[in-house]
Formats: sequence, structure tokens, C-alpha cells
Amino acid sequence: MNAFTPPLALALVDIGRVISLVLIAGGLLWLLIRAIKLKEVERRVIFLFIFISVAAPILFPTVFKEKATPIVKAVFDKIESLPPGSKVLLSYDFDPAMAPEVQPMADAFSRHCLVKGHKIVYMCLFATGQGQFTRTMENVIRPEFPEKIDGVDYVNIGYKAGNEGVLNVIISDFKKMFPTDVNGVPYDSVEVFKGIRSCKDLDLIISIGGGRPGIKEWVLFVGDPGDVPIATGVAAVVAPQLYPYYPKQLLGLLGGIKGAAEYESELVIHYPRFKDSPTPALLMMGPQTLAHIVIMAFIIIGNVLFIQGRRKEGKQ
Amino acid sequence: MKRSTLILMGLVVIVFALSWIFKAISFHGVEEHYVLQGFLVTLAAFLTLSIMSFLYRDNPFYKFAEHLFVGISAAFWMSMGFWSTIVGNLIPRLSEGLSNFFKVHYIPGDYNIFFYIPVILGILLLMRLSRNYGWISRWSLAFIVGTTAGLNFIRYLRSDFINQVSATYVPLLVDWQGIGHFFSNLSLSASGQFIMMLANWVIFLGVMCGIIYFFFSKEHTGMFGRASRVGIWILMITFGASFGYTVMGRISLLVGRITFLFRDWMGLNI
Repeated sequence: MNAFTPPLALALVDIGRVISLVLIAGGLLWLLIRAIKLKEVERRVIFLFIFISVAAPILFPTVFKEKATPIVKAVFDKIESLPPGSKVLLSYDFDPAMAPEVQPMADAFSRHCLVKGHKIVYMCLFATGQGQFTRTMENVIRPEFPEKIDGVDYVNIGYKAGNEGVLNVIISDFKKMFPTDVNGVPYDSVEVFKGIRSCKDLDLIISIGGGRPGIKEWVLFVGDPGDVPIATGVAAVVAPQLYPYYPKQLLGLLGGIKGAAEYESELVIHYPRFKDSPTPALLMMGPQTLAHIVIMAFIIIGNVLFIQGRRKEGKQ
Repeated sequence: MKRSTLILMGLVVIVFALSWIFKAISFHGVEEHYVLQGFLVTLAAFLTLSIMSFLYRDNPFYKFAEHLFVGISAAFWMSMGFWSTIVGNLIPRLSEGLSNFFKVHYIPGDYNIFFYIPVILGILLLMRLSRNYGWISRWSLAFIVGTTAGLNFIRYLRSDFINQVSATYVPLLVDWQGIGHFFSNLSLSASGQFIMMLANWVIFLGVMCGIIYFFFSKEHTGMFGRASRVGIWILMITFGASFGYTVMGRISLLVGRITFLFRDWMGLNI
């Protein structure tokens, strides 16, 4: 949906939204009545409702306005405050299973760093992160920043096996672990690496992921011992475990798709050139919101059923 | 096999073939290998739907997709282990000839006799496959456990204990300039004095009450019992927040798969 979408299509989308909302609300009401009458709800009905509540906002997109929370804003402000030419490391520590949540973050970080003129070092602690970087390359760097040159504005050093062992080496010597970039260009010939001997020479490290090895290892093996500023974007499942690191050991955190949506929103506000760029996280907030409402409704219906059941037992 | 199952399988094969043909036609002129692309998108959609079909009930399609996933994952990580650890890390440091053979960048001057130790330990680890000499693999395992524990001990002690204790000591009176100043500048902004003080009090009291809940040397009665009760509430809220985040994560994955089905497979313009 954009400014060039025909009015008829917009009207059809609105009609679709209303029909799907009526369908969901009516269905939930029917289930509530059944619960009051002490009739069980089959689990497949719950799955069906979740499917409809996720599918409807995808078919009829609903975009909500997002405002960056301080924990997300801290990451944005850090990248914003670094002078052009600063060295930022983006570590793709995720696989395709996590991609719907964290790929939008990775793309947004890349956009922000490149538009600010920072030099980016891409690497990954997950073997599958290499493939995910290719998506950023194809969807962000090549189409939106064709003037940026590999090796000069950014470099991809790829994956190295060894988990935290890799971090334990690059905290003191990058070249030892990555003698070349993925294209086989020797370390000393890569312009981005000029002035970088170890992780301590980087201005910012951002780990994007949610598994192991990931941000926890970055904090333990690089951030704390090297006193390097570290930020992260992680899958929602692990975000609560990382909140205790903020703000002392982590300067900011994007938790799940909500964090990604807030970052995308902030990026569009500050850089209108990204107004027409894909914002998958913002689009995902529609299905998220509706699905959460449905889940809350089911929690209420479940409790009604439970209370009614207890009352009936009490009467007997 | 039941007749209805056979009919269903036949239908799935027909739908798969039709989808492949339609996708290949839609990729014609767009992709170089349009037949292969059509097959891959159709296969991805088939596997997605097969996995989702478990929500209805267990079935052969789900089992096929599950076994395929497990098998491919095992094979992928085994080949990754060989190419990234042995070929990627070891060979460039050991031999120029082998580096040229595997087409990896040789690192001159990095040769060290100690690099043979992991080679030997790796071979010992594979002795697990032998019934008679399987016990030798325990040496390698002991080395892995010992080095990992040693490597992590200091890091965890520093980051997850000392730094976390230090992070709990937060100022309970943030920018305190008197009660008059506090009330005249009262705001509900996240960066305001009131909210920052409230957050620090929650951290301080939350940690204290949480610790009290796990302190079993004293009976949980009186003030101590009430603090322990607050500790339970703090834990419950934490679990609730974790559950909320998990729901968000799972819904995101579902959105990802449904978007794939609608846009990439069915070709809807969304």
C-alpha cells in the first residue's frame, strides 16, 4: 500500500479489514457463550482463530505508528552520534528460523550505518549467517547503496568455526582468525581494516541473533574485557534474559519484532529517503497486535470456563 | 495403507505438480533457472504446509517433513564442521599443499607443532564409534569440558556476577535537589526523574525480595515472609514477561511463513 494504490483497492482493503474483524469478534463471542454454558473448546478452533488473526492483517495490511522506547533509541542514537567513517561490526548470529524476527533489524542497521557513512565489517558466528548476509546484500546494499564499494565501505569476513573461541582471538588479533575476507582478499589489502587490529579498535559492535553463540558471548568475551560498546537486536524469546545487561554492559537492545519496528520507524522519521524502503517489521505489527488480542481473549475465555466449572462443582 | 490416505497422497502429488508448473511459468523470463526455482518454491510451500498439518493431527506428511529436516540438519552441520573447522581453521596453518588442494588461503609462518594436538584429539573423539575402544573418546571429551569450563569461568564471574551485582547498586534518589524541585518537575516521561527513580527502586527491591524468596535458612514469616511474597510476585511478573515475548516470537515466525505462502508461493501482491 502506498500513495499510488488505486482508491478501489484501498476500499477493498478496508472492507476486508472490517469483515475479518467482525468474523474474529463474532467467533470469540460465540466461544465465550459456549464457555459460559460450560462447553469445551477444541484446540483446533484456537489454531484456526490464530491463523485468521495472523492472515487477515497480512492480506489487508494494517500499519500502526511506533515510537522508539529508550532502550531502542539508545542504539539509534549511538549510530547517529558516531562520526562518518566510524568502524561498526555487524555480526549475523542467526539462522533462517530466526530470520523473520531479526532480518529486519539487520537490514535496518545496515541502512542506518551506510547512510551515515560508517565502515561496516560483516561477520557471523552462525554458519547460516552467511546466507542471511546475502539477503541484506541483495535487498539493501546493492539496490539502495549502489555507490558503496566492497572492501572500501564494507567488508564481509564471513563465518569462522569456534564459537566463543573466535571472539577470544579477535579481542586481541583480528588477522589471526580472519586472514582474508570471504573473497580471499588479504586482510592488509582491505581498506576497511586500516586502523583495526582487534575488536578494541571498533567504535561499535552489533550482534544480531538469539541463539548460542550470540550476544551473551559478545558481552562476555569482547564487550566486558575489551570495554567495547556493544548493542544487539535479538529474537523475542531471549530478550528478557538480556535486559539485565542494559545499560551497563549493553548500550541498547532491540527485542523481537517490536524492537525492529521501533527502529524502522525511527529510521523513516530521521531519513525520509527510506520512506519507500521495505519495512517488514512495521508491517508485522498488524498481525502481532491482532494475534495478541485473540490470545488475551482466549485467556479470558479459559478463565471463564475454569470459574464456571468450579462453581458447578461447588453446587454439586 | 487406507484408501482415503492413498487418495489424499494422490491429490497432494497432483497439487504439487500443478504448483511446480505454474511457478515455473511465473518465473519464466525472470529467473535463469526458472524450472528449478519453481520446484524449490513449491517444495518449500509443501514442507511448510506439511509441518503445519500437525496442528490438525499427526500424519505421514508431517513425519516426512520432520525426518527430512532432522536428516538435512545433521548432514549440513557435519559438512560445515569439516569445511569450516578442519579445512577452514586447521589446514591453512598446517600444509601449503593441502591448502592448495582445498583451495583455501595458506597462512605462511603460522605453522605450529601444537596444531597436531587437536587433530589427535579429534581422531580420539571418533573412537566413540568403536565398541572396544570407545572409552578413549573420553579423553577428548574431558579436554573439551575442562577448557570450556576454564575459559568460561572467569568471563562468567566477571560479566554475570560482579558486573551484575554492581549494576544492582543504582541511585535510589536520581538527581535529587529537594522535595520542592521533585514535585515541581514531576513528569511521567521515561527519562524523567520520577520514572527513573521508580525504575531504580523496582530493581533494588525486586532483587532483594527475589533473593529473600530463595533464602531458606530462616522461616518465611513476618516482614521476611512478606518480602518473600513480593519476591514470588517479581518472579511471576518475570515469567509473564518471558511468556509474552515468547508469544511475540512465535507469532513472528508464523507471520514469516504465512507471508511466504501468500506472496512467494501463491503470488499475491501483498
